[in-house]
Amino acid sequence: MADREVPAELELFAAEVGSEGPVAVVGGRSHWEVGGLCPEDTRLVRAPSGVRSFDPADMTIRVGAGTSVAEVDAALAEAGQRANLPLTPGATVGGVLAVGRDDLHALGRGRLRDALLEAVYVADDGQVVTAGGPTVKNVSGFDLCRVLVGSLGTLGLVGEVILRTWPRPAAQQWLAGPCDPTELRRRLYWPSSILWDGQTAWVHLEGHESDVESETDLAKSLGCEPTEGPPPLPLHRVPVGALADGGISGSYLAQVGTGSAYVSEPIPVPSPDPAVVALHERLKAGFDPRGRLNPGRDPLAAT
Amino acid sequence: MRDLRQVLPSDRVRTAPLERSLMGRDASIFEGGRAGPVCFPVGTEEVQGCVDTARRHGRAVVPRGAGTGLAGGAVPLEEPVVVVTTKMNRLLSVDADSRVAWVQPGMINLDLSRATAPYGLHFAPDPSSQQVCSLGGNVGTNAGGPHCLAHGVTSSHVLAVEVVLMSGEAVVLGNPDGWAPGMDLRGAYVGSEGMMGITTAIAVRLTPNPPAVQTLLLAFDSVDAAAQTVSAVIADGIVPAAIEMMDNNIIRAVEAFVGAGFPTDAAAVVIVEVDGLPGGVAEEADRVVELATARGGSVRRAADEEERALLWKGRKSAFGAIARIMPNYYLHDTVVPRTRLAEVMNRVYEIVEEHDLQVMNVFHAGDGNLHPMLLFDRREPGIMPRVHAAGAAIIEASLAVGGVLSGEHGIGMEKRDFMPLMFSEADLDAQARLRRAFDPSGMANPSKVLPTGASCADINALDKVPDGVWG
Repeated sequence: MADREVPAELELFAAEVGSEGPVAVVGGRSHWEVGGLCPEDTRLVRAPSGVRSFDPADMTIRVGAGTSVAEVDAALAEAGQRANLPLTPGATVGGVLAVGRDDLHALGRGRLRDALLEAVYVADDGQVVTAGGPTVKNVSGFDLCRVLVGSLGTLGLVGEVILRTWPRPAAQQWLAGPCDPTELRRRLYWPSSILWDGQTAWVHLEGHESDVESETDLAKSLGCEPTEGPPPLPLHRVPVGALADGGISGSYLAQVGTGSAYVSEPIPVPSPDPAVVALHERLKAGFDPRGRLNPGRDPLAAT
Repeated sequence: MRDLRQVLPSDRVRTAPLERSLMGRDASIFEGGRAGPVCFPVGTEEVQGCVDTARRHGRAVVPRGAGTGLAGGAVPLEEPVVVVTTKMNRLLSVDADSRVAWVQPGMINLDLSRATAPYGLHFAPDPSSQQVCSLGGNVGTNAGGPHCLAHGVTSSHVLAVEVVLMSGEAVVLGNPDGWAPGMDLRGAYVGSEGMMGITTAIAVRLTPNPPAVQTLLLAFDSVDAAAQTVSAVIADGIVPAAIEMMDNNIIRAVEAFVGAGFPTDAAAVVIVEVDGLPGGVAEEADRVVELATARGGSVRRAADEEERALLWKGRKSAFGAIARIMPNYYLHDTVVPRTRLAEVMNRVYEIVEEHDLQVMNVFHAGDGNLHPMLLFDRREPGIMPRVHAAGAAIIEASLAVGGVLSGEHGIGMEKRDFMPLMFSEADLDAQARLRRAFDPSGMANPSKVLPTGASCADINALDKVPDGVWG
């Protein structure tokens, strides 16, 4: 069997998680209520933090899951790189991965679920488990990393991760206007974001300077004007299909091409297929039969 | 058999020895797999019927696409019901504005890009076998290809899958819009090598064709200089659409085969393709040329689409070209950190020499995905142990520098027993739990991927790969 050296801080984290009693991991508390709250007697632990290793030429970074997304972004920025993490103020890497919300630029930059290459987590029995692998391409065994993203820490408490990184482009521009988001997507080659609130579309362009200029001109011809940035994001995430079902009482913002929309007032979302619910239950029962990891949280309710 | 003929017309349930023997292998070196009844369903309900019948009879089920897998994932063991999806090959729908297409699993990879070309869209993963491999198989192995460097492997291009579980239920995992609340079951399923269910439909993400493309052929006097150039390009903050490397042995083989104009005196060539909007493409191509020239490389730029196609033909004909040199080859697939490429390639040459074999290297250098091809003649007495020993040494050398077992071919039977080199017992146990959540019965493609012991639920569990299966 592979003899892994478990770093001291992960050993400590595993010891803290232990093998008995309800336990939840706390990050920056930026999305603490998503998917339900833990009961009050739940013990809270924190994942290790700090950048463990970063070789810009490999375009991967290894960090403690308790590291703030801001710290990771700053470390990567020094090498002209970034990761596809939402830069939620105060949030930690482990937190944003557990919640699974894409960054606003996921349309062009890629999805959060594709950012995670390897995760080292503490399982329900206190054992340290590694999912995935350190390279940018890897199909060695089943893709456990994918289910960890968006699982709200209900399958394992992630202590350390390796993320894929990307070059930071030279130029960028936000534009907004009363234009048709479908038309923007059709005409612009690779916008990093298109947002739509029912009246106004926001579009973000990035890349080589001359390309951003020419695409900006194109967006202007479609009715957009340069603007400072995106509008504030309404609080609740819903699947974009829920908007079409009507019943929206407040404002909304759809993140085109990612399946997500954000609404200011909660709206009904379609019930999941019972077979999907059953798969969630079997996963939970398989990974945490005693229900001790992040109790009270339901990934299916994580809107 | 009779029961299967209740759910499928009898001409689509085949039991003739020839048919079963054809289905006994895939494109890997494994021989001696044994298929039971071979079913050719045309839709989800028929697949459900096959699964229900197999379950009632306590038989395992092995899904199969075009059979181009290289790791033995579709090789049937112990006469399971083989469900072949090649007759489910239709494009179900295309939504060009949302860039989503629903396809059946038997559709050929390249046929999808051809069908969506009128919309200016394509399916990004392009395995070398893309003219013959099926999209269902691509989902099963989480397939890659040269153009996955910038845009990601199959998993990044699959939005939803309809799957028939071993309970017989059909379920949609993921959402064609891109997200649905809950865990990413779609992501867990992609790359599960037929061990979680049978894919019956796939919602794929389509990628816009780039407005500008430049393809460069860089030639070097040493493999080291070529590998260093690859690392330098990545380190420079450029993520080209593709970076492919070929060593001298394969260059000469390809030249004799298709005449792509590769310099036969070069120690290695690197094909770099940059795509996107014209400004970035021009700048990145110039920068790649600078980095290559600084390392002694000579540069040829494809002047037009015809020349570009020829360069890619050279790259993609590599496997055909080899057939002219040796009757058999064993294609390996490991990944190493991109900064360790030169070092591991040198080690591969040493290993091959130690075992008195020939090797050719043609691989996805940009993401560190090595594909050493060991050439041999199966008829030579005592050759197979040497081939396997060299293969094992290559795997060990890749893992030793922080690499992984497979980049895109999968584990199947080939690397199943190497899994403990990369994963601990607890790691493998977690993977087995993931599989059990989808298939508690263990009847979906048993005895693959996870070494015996990691999943005690496998029916037909075998202690080892049966005699005679390893070629």
